[in-house]
Order: sequence, then C-alpha cells, then structure tokens
Amino acid sequence: MIQEPFATGSSHIHCLDPRLKILFATAYSFIVALSNRFPALFAALMLSLLLIGLARLNVWKVAKRVALVNGLILFLWLVLPLTFEGTPLFHLGPLSVTREGVLLCARISLKSNAILLIFIAFVSTMPITTLGHAMNRLRLPGKLIHLLLLTYRYVFVIDQEYQRLVRAAKIRGFRPKTTINTYRTYAYLMGMLFVRASARAERVHHAMVCRGFDGRFYCLRHFSPTRTDWIWSAFMISIILGLLSLEWTRII
Amino acid sequence: MDKNNLIINLEEISFIYPGGAPVLNQLGLQLHRGERLGLVGPNGSGKTTLFQIIMGLLRPSSGRIEILGRTVAREKDFREVRKRIGLLFQDADDQLFSPTVLEDVAFGPLNLGKSKDEAREISMRTLEMLGLAGFEDRITHNLSGGEKKLLSLATVLAMEPEALLLDEPSNGLDDNTKEKLIEVLSGLDLSYILITHEADFLAKTVDRICRMENGKILTDIESYPHYHLHEHARGRYPHEHH
Ligand SMILES: Nc1ncnc2c1ncn2[C@@H]1O[C@H](COP(=O)(O)OP(=O)(O)OP(=O)(O)O)[C@@H](O)[C@H]1O
Ligand SMILES: [Mg+2]
Repeated sequence: MIQEPFATGSSHIHCLDPRLKILFATAYSFIVALSNRFPALFAALMLSLLLIGLARLNVWKVAKRVALVNGLILFLWLVLPLTFEGTPLFHLGPLSVTREGVLLCARISLKSNAILLIFIAFVSTMPITTLGHAMNRLRLPGKLIHLLLLTYRYVFVIDQEYQRLVRAAKIRGFRPKTTINTYRTYAYLMGMLFVRASARAERVHHAMVCRGFDGRFYCLRHFSPTRTDWIWSAFMISIILGLLSLEWTRII
Repeated sequence: MDKNNLIINLEEISFIYPGGAPVLNQLGLQLHRGERLGLVGPNGSGKTTLFQIIMGLLRPSSGRIEILGRTVAREKDFREVRKRIGLLFQDADDQLFSPTVLEDVAFGPLNLGKSKDEAREISMRTLEMLGLAGFEDRITHNLSGGEKKLLSLATVLAMEPEALLLDEPSNGLDDNTKEKLIEVLSGLDLSYILITHEADFLAKTVDRICRMENGKILTDIESYPHYHLHEHARGRYPHEHH
C-alpha cells in the first residue's frame, strides 16, 4: 500500500516552498541525465547524498528504496558489458567484457542513483496532496494533476475493497496454493475488483455532478516563498551552474 | 397543501435497470416546503434509485418530475436542480473525492461561482457548524467513518441547498455522532427526505414516514413516528439508554 514515509519532517528541506523543490529536482534531473563526464556525474551523486543528509531522512528506508532500483541496474551490469561493442578489457570464456560497456553501465548507475536520491530528498519530502497543489501552481495541465490526486484518493479505497474480498475468500477456507483453483480464485478477485472500481467511479462521478462539476477543478492552496526559500534558490542555482560547468567546460 | 409549496412532486414514475426487474412502478411522492419526510423500505426496494432519479442521475422510463414548481426532464433542467437540492450519498467514500477536507467542502461553492475567498469562508463556517473545525487540512481518506459521514453532510450543506435527500445518514455512526447529527438536522431550516433503517433515529428526525414497497409508495399506511418500549436482558435492573 502507498505509504509516504518521508513526507513529514522538520528539516530545512521539508520546510521549503514545494514549487521550488519540484523545479529544482526537475532541472537537476535533466542536467544529470544529459551529462556524460564522470566528474559531473560523481559530483551529482555526492550532492544528492548531501541533500538526502540535509533532509534528515531515515537512512534505512532510503537504502531500501535505492536498493530496489539498483536491483534493476544489476541486470544491466550482467548484460551490457558483455553485449556492448568496443575494445575488450578481458575475456570470460567465449565472451568478452568491453571497456565501453563498463563505462556505459557506470554512467547509468551514477545517473539513476543521483536522480533517484534527489527525488527522494526533494519530492518525496512533501505529501502527495501538496505535490498536486504545487504542480497546479506551476501551471501543469489540470487533468494530469487531478488524475494524480484522484488516484491517490481512491487507491486506498480500492485497497480496502481488495482486502475485504480476500478476507471473504479466506473465511470460506481459501488458502493460496499453486493450483489451478487458486489462480482461478485470484482471477475472480481481480475481476470483482475491476467491477467494483468501475461502479465506484460511476458513483463518484455522480457525486461530482451533484455538486455542480463542469470539468474544472480549483486549487485553494497558496504558496508564498520565504527568505529561506530565496537563500536556497541561490544555493540551488549555484549547484546547477556547478554541474553544468563540470560537464561542458573541462575544468577537471 | 397548496401547490406552490411543493418542492418535489413525482407523478407515476417508473424505472427499470437495464436487464433487471422493474424497480419503480408508477410511483408518486410529494415533499412540501418545511416538511421532514422519512422513507423506509426493505433492502433493494429502490430507495437509493429514487434519489438518483430526483437528481437526474438516472432517467425514469416514464412519469413526470416536478421540482420547485418546474417540470424537469433534460440534463440542462437537472443542472439547476442539483444547485438547489443536495444529495447525501449512502457511502461517504463516494461523496468525498478531494484529497483534503477543505477542498472537498469548497468544491460545491466554487462550482456555484463563488470566489475562492467566499468558498473558503463558507466551508469553514459549515465545518464549524458540524463540529469539524480544525479539520480543514486533514487528508480525507484518513478520517474515521463517522467523520467522513459528517464531512459528506458538510459538502452538501456548503452549497446552501433548499432541500436535502439523505441516504442512510446514520449508518455506521456511534451514539454520540448520531446525537450530533440529529441536533444538526433539527437545527437546519431545511426540508428533507431521509432514508434509514433505524426506527429510533427516524423518530427523532422526521415528521412523516412513507413506506416503499414493490416500486410504490404505500400511502395508505402512511404513518407517524413514535417510540416503543422494548424488552431486553438487563431490563429488570436500572440502566441508562443513549
Ligand atoms: N446499477 C444497477 N444495475 C442493475 N440493478 C441495480 C443497480 N443498482 C441497483 N440495482 C437493483 O435495483 C434494486 C433497487 O436498488 P436500490 O439501491 O435503489 O435499493 P435500496 O432501497 O436503496 O436498498 P438498500 O436499503 O439496501 O440501500 C435492487 O434490487 C438492486 O439490486
Ligand atoms: Mg440504498
């Protein structure tokens, strides 16, 4: 189920204007994704770690999330060095590990971790509702935002409905096994869940229509930047400039 | 009563769900201004369906609907109706679709064309009236069942309707919250139709009761709420009732 373990806190980063955090995380991610030189990528990873530290998040929980993504990256390490064309570093039987393949994997690992960490530090440190409101204030498309917010609102309801169905199956003696009957039961449960979700969607739409819904959503939240926000934005701009110069001017 | 005082006037309404048995059969129902009407009937007798027909969410296969003195038939007519009659849904999770409490209450007023400040003002006032002051920034799905129910009522009342359709408002409420609801309902100067399966709640909230059965309102056994003495295990000893 959706949990927001990082959303609340009292660190400086938690208190920043959410619009600023979204803008910075986005700009930073683009720059990291487009960078190719190792000094820039290493600097980015270090900065991300530093910012995670400043957000004072539970290290264990952060590590678990990061591990999840790195599991996928591990597969790249198993495949890419062997299949990517280039100068061989050494041979493993009939296969050869290429220099280019290893470098590519290293870049991908650095980039994805830096981006993931910055999003944990800056975007997951606000409740989803605040994220929606801030996106609205940044003039992102309303439909997108309300898709996000309605999903967030009903994912819990649908989960409850699923738990109810599972409980109903359990009290009638259902125990998951690897039999065709188990698979059939799960298929029924899923089917039932879709039916209920669509009936629910219709009732929610009715409720919206009853309250005069005409396709428009409104946002009542206001954000006003404080002095700290201005100081932080100066800091963020220098981070971005620093990364840019590491990548495009060859200082190091 | 004279016709000018009619808020809702249904004549010979019939309705069938596609592929189902007839739910409403030549049904007639009147709600007058200032009247507080209770609607009872067995599960599946079509009470919720009837409310949806009044709000124009379902269209009857035949019959005439007159709301506040005007015949309504098309979507455009019902849009007016929805501004003046509020429907409280049987399931609060259907009614509360916004992520935060304040946004949910303000949704109706904003759609009625109120400014953001006015909408906020109205919402805070309504929340206060229902004892939900301080809830405005709470996340909707984290509220308890009773709080959700009261909040649903707040979202309806914030539109300042002339009449209410309440679908099992007391369902799942504890005695204190029920008392609170009764207090709120009797403090409102609004006409309403209320569906409930609870006799005690009914006795405290309505002046007249209609029974629905076989797709019709049974006018001949139209009744008036009253209390009954009851029997139970500890009856012999002095005890308190809520
Ligand atoms: N969407 C639907 N499609 C087909 N049949 C439906 C649908 N909704 C309700 N029904 C059927 O219509 C009948 C009336 O349903 P309705 O929900 O109006 O009853 P109700 O009086 O509100 O019952 P309850 O007291 O249980 O809330 C029931 O037999 C129900 O099975
Ligand atoms: Mg019902």
